[in-house]
Amino acid sequence: MKLLDSTDSGNNSSIERTQYPYVTGTSVIGIKYKDGILMAADMGASYGSTLRYKSVERVKPVGKHSLIGASGEISDFQEILRSLDELILYDNMWDDGNSLGPKEVHNYLTRMMYNRRNKFDPLWNSLVLGGVKNGQKYLGMVSMIGVHFEDNHVATGFGNHLARPILRDEWHENLTFEDGVKLLEKCMRVLLYRDRSAVNKLQIAKITEEGVTVSQPYSLKTFWNFNAFQNPTAGAEGSW
Amino acid sequence: MTKQQANWSPYDNNGGTCVAIAGADYCVIAADTRMSTGYSILTRDYSKICKLADKCVMASSGFQADVKALQKVLSARHLIYQHQHNKQMSCPAMGQLLSNTLYYKRFFPYYSFNVLGGLDNEGKGCVYTYDAVGSYERVGYSSQGSGATLITPFLDNQLKSPSPLLLPAKDAVTPLSETEAIDLVKTCFASATERDIYTGDKLEIVVLNADGIRREYMELRKD
Repeated sequence: MKLLDSTDSGNNSSIERTQYPYVTGTSVIGIKYKDGILMAADMGASYGSTLRYKSVERVKPVGKHSLIGASGEISDFQEILRSLDELILYDNMWDDGNSLGPKEVHNYLTRMMYNRRNKFDPLWNSLVLGGVKNGQKYLGMVSMIGVHFEDNHVATGFGNHLARPILRDEWHENLTFEDGVKLLEKCMRVLLYRDRSAVNKLQIAKITEEGVTVSQPYSLKTFWNFNAFQNPTAGAEGSW
Repeated sequence: MTKQQANWSPYDNNGGTCVAIAGADYCVIAADTRMSTGYSILTRDYSKICKLADKCVMASSGFQADVKALQKVLSARHLIYQHQHNKQMSCPAMGQLLSNTLYYKRFFPYYSFNVLGGLDNEGKGCVYTYDAVGSYERVGYSSQGSGATLITPFLDNQLKSPSPLLLPAKDAVTPLSETEAIDLVKTCFASATERDIYTGDKLEIVVLNADGIRREYMELRKD
């Protein structure tokens, strides 16, 4: 990516910066549960309004203790994974028995996103970072301009509007694995019904002190025949 | 060729309100713990208060990523100061450092609205109030952030500071006791929460006095 100086004599369009995202993933949801973190994301990547790719893994393990989930530009996510790979590699090369935990990785990501935003060339992603280290559970989020926080449940994009209210109502400490998955599926189903960029193929990832498990892709059961939506124009002939 | 328009903004307003009141031998610094973006709440439990030195606490609202970066820069500078001078930075010293740090980014500002509270070298309460580019002033009390327009007039009514133009200079610190000041702060936030959508969830109060530093919380309306 050539980065010409702004003092370069020429027109502004010779400076290359991120203007819009092209291939994007939609919401990621993460929750803390009894043994660790659960994270869910569908496997879709849209090219504008086209649902172009349907087998994209948007939740990946990072080192021994963390999981990262990303929404937004997929190529930027791949770049982030490459940087994290290098980070974990150098951490392993110390060979000192210590390894980067989720808090450290979250901080690294926050600094990376913020510094790119300072250069007016952001990585167009909203990231969810979760993990467990030494029994301590951690779940945080970073946006493309560096806004970050940690909480018991997080969600990006549409998930923030549709899933967070459900989680605020139904999440509680020490959810069992089964209850956690049920809760995530409930949120993902709502997103499937209401987010046009959602696809019905999702993965749920789990991280505990023991390690990471990413589920095989599967679909949610949906129901489209609610009575209230039958004959929608019955009460208002001529509308659509 | 028409000039390109940006379709993203490097800034965001994550909302929230901060207040600080200086007393004869104490200082109260308070901020709510809600973090928002647009019409959504991101989290109900985010602290806007940062302890920069033993006798110096900063509360900041505005764009959270800039606030965090600013806190990190000041903490790092304080660590260097301690290595070089073998002592903690005083509140007035930190006040100047904050102003200089903010002005350093005059042409791509930290979108951070700060109040600095602490004890000065004589042990009296001191409060410094800032704008986003470092213009600052020592005052007896101050409020910044989304609820400031609601709180400042109320504080003016309750704590009216004497004019800084008077000669001989009159003390700006409030004659209220520590408990009265804390009560006043709780009232301010309860009121601001009613009308400001970005203020609410929980109130965090930090009190600095000769005995050290103390933290207190109060629930606020969550709607």
